[in-house]
Amino acid sequence: MNKIDKKLLEQIADLHSTPLGAYSIRKNGEIVSKNSTSDIQIVPKPDNNGMTVYIKAGLKNKSLHIPVIVTAGEFKELVYNDFYIGDNADVVIIAGCGIDNKTCHDSEHSGVHSFWLGKNCKLRYIEKHFGSGIGTGNKILNPQTKIYLKENSKMEIETLQLGGVDFSKRETKARLEKNASLIVKENIQTSSNQIAMTDFIIQLRGENSSAQITSHSVARDNSKQSFTSHLVGNNKCFGRVECDGILLDNAQILSVPKIEALKNEALLSHEATIGKIAGEQLVKLMSLGLSKEDAEQKIIQGFLLG
Amino acid sequence: MLNLKDISYSIKTEKGQKKILKNINLNFEKGKTYVITGQNGSGKSTLVKLIMGIERQSSGEIFFEEENISDLAVNERANRGITFAFQKPVTFKGLKVKDLLDLASNQKNTLSQNCEFLSKVGLCARDYLDRYVDEKLSGGEIKRIELALSLVRNGKLDIFDEPEAGIDLWSFERLVKLFENEEKTTIIVSHQQKILERADQIILMHDGKISKTGTPKEVMPIINNSVCGKLRG
Repeated sequence: MNKIDKKLLEQIADLHSTPLGAYSIRKNGEIVSKNSTSDIQIVPKPDNNGMTVYIKAGLKNKSLHIPVIVTAGEFKELVYNDFYIGDNADVVIIAGCGIDNKTCHDSEHSGVHSFWLGKNCKLRYIEKHFGSGIGTGNKILNPQTKIYLKENSKMEIETLQLGGVDFSKRETKARLEKNASLIVKENIQTSSNQIAMTDFIIQLRGENSSAQITSHSVARDNSKQSFTSHLVGNNKCFGRVECDGILLDNAQILSVPKIEALKNEALLSHEATIGKIAGEQLVKLMSLGLSKEDAEQKIIQGFLLG
Repeated sequence: MLNLKDISYSIKTEKGQKKILKNINLNFEKGKTYVITGQNGSGKSTLVKLIMGIERQSSGEIFFEEENISDLAVNERANRGITFAFQKPVTFKGLKVKDLLDLASNQKNTLSQNCEFLSKVGLCARDYLDRYVDEKLSGGEIKRIELALSLVRNGKLDIFDEPEAGIDLWSFERLVKLFENEEKTTIIVSHQQKILERADQIILMHDGKISKTGTPKEVMPIINNSVCGKLRG
């Protein structure tokens, strides 16, 4: 691991050394380090285009790190990762991708992550994306997430795009059975000419299933973001989508929420607010002694990370 | 300590320029408490916002400790020792009570320091430090936090714009005690009799002008005989 590798791993997975327990670190299309445990099995796919992870039923309070880093220019990969989580397990998976591109060619990582959660499972999934490097080549990330939640399962997703990613397209599809619950918190910041697109399709099929999607985005300079969400209530269920965006400079944010109630007991709602930083918030923090720039930064930091 | 020299403030309306404040001259002395009162729309809040730099005067000058601060930004005035508690406190997404207290004191406060700040406004640090300053707090709670932020700043000149708004009666009694600090200069915009009675000087405003200044003994009879006094009962 060189300095850049370490920096990327710190950014996306808070890793300062080899993680304890199960992990897989992928760099430039190759698994460079991996460890399975008796409870978490990591099996690479035959043609090295991803992995299958088996998490033992009933496993509690364990974590799995699966960061991906790309430091090569003119690089493009698509990986398929499948996660099978046994009944009653309660685990955390820390994923994420960091790209450092020093070249004038694009670097691109696309991943299709499929999660099959058994009954009564709890999964917290953290995914951070980050781009750096002095090259003019684009840093491109396209994560796709497919989620299948069985009865009484609960999944929490935290997605954070920390900056430096020139283009990203996130697609998340979920299907929830009885009493299953999905909570998604997405925080995305873009600047310069970056583009970030997010697309959710959530099927609330089971009785008393619920989904709460919260997206906070900050767009600066000439960057563009779009957020589309489609909640479908096929049963007595609860679903809510909130999309809040802060616009700075000439940036643009598009929010397209769609809710579709197919049963009269489905309770679905959405709320979207996009605008510049409220002047009164700036003035309040300035009245505490902060410069306008520091106040702006503090408000954005709280908005994205608070 | 604070001098307002020939301050006027106008806004643009469909019918042309409208004068909100007209040739205000005031001198605030160190260590005294001033209460600005008057009917709604008389220009009270606008006047204190000009002192803090939230609005800019159309003409005239403001001197604080003999320095002309007319062109200084809000934060520059704050860093010279002026604090301002808003009539309608601001909420934030993602900022906690402890974050704002740290920002206000420009340091990372200890639990006991925060406990001291919040207990002055009747809040328990354990219950509030980790709460977000958002709409989930009641209007009264946010208002008390707003007042605590002013106290944390430990300024030379404290400005409170209608501090009683949204405060329940029990808290109001404690609130009034907060203004009992002989070291500081305090300017309060208020209609409340109990606050007016504690002033060293009352500044009565009407239609963008100062109609009377004086001690409570001198000004209260005028207020009580005015429409404002009758409305207040």
